[in-house]
Amino acid sequence: MAISTVDKEHMTLSLDMERLIQERVDELTGARIEQMVRERVDEAMKKDPAKRKVAIIASKGTLDMAYPPLILATAAAALDMEVEVFFTFYGLNIIKKGAADKLQVAPIANPAMPVPMPNIIGMLPGMTPAATWMMKTLYFGKHHVATIGELLEQCKELGVKLIACQMTMDVLGFKREELLDEVEVAGAATFLAFAREAHTTLFI
Amino acid sequence: MSTQVHVDRFIDAKGQMCPMPIITLKKAWKDIAVGQVVAIAATDQGARRDIPSWAEATGNTLLGMSEEQGVLTFYLRKVA
Repeated sequence: MAISTVDKEHMTLSLDMERLIQERVDELTGARIEQMVRERVDEAMKKDPAKRKVAIIASKGTLDMAYPPLILATAAAALDMEVEVFFTFYGLNIIKKGAADKLQVAPIANPAMPVPMPNIIGMLPGMTPAATWMMKTLYFGKHHVATIGELLEQCKELGVKLIACQMTMDVLGFKREELLDEVEVAGAATFLAFAREAHTTLFI
Repeated sequence: MSTQVHVDRFIDAKGQMCPMPIITLKKAWKDIAVGQVVAIAATDQGARRDIPSWAEATGNTLLGMSEEQGVLTFYLRKVA
């Protein structure tokens, strides 16, 4: 009888001990596994090739809207990233030979100009060249911001891939020889094949 | 930062505006040996954040920055 009681108590104690030990082990291994997984994921993320790719669409052909894609493209290249810029619709004007520094900015319907102009004045002949001159000389020029032509030259030197959209070239009448020599001509699928592997994809 | 840093190469990016300081840095970087220290001077106030971001993105070490009369000088050690 006494033996059986001891055994019973011993048995109960063992089960409690076992449960406690199991809980503690679970807790410790759980935390350790979590830490190991986190380390592995961090390591993999550091090597993630998508972090080093930037895909940009340049769809506008005005002076002010030519800057953002080219500034971001060259900056990304400076950060050792692989960059592709897809020029479509009016964006094709940026990569037209000799046209980079002829891009203009229109004051009409643009209330954010440094010197806002009523639309009725902005629509007058000569106002777009005037606004362009102001933007180039009094703002970007005064602050020594690189010109569009200079940024395109940097793109070339840094290996930024410039792609012209075939379809919009055909529709808007751009011939291959009218575009910069370093430009490649391709379609939407080519851009997407690159963009799907890039974490950073911008439409400008 | 320590006042005693041996600078192997000085880059003058004064007067350059975004994104030119980091482009100048990137281009100069290929001629720098691992372990060498580069000092780059910039007047673009955006460089205050951009040079440290460049160092982080490219895996290099920013040792420190000094500022004198609007000129920011960054000290970087080449790791990668």
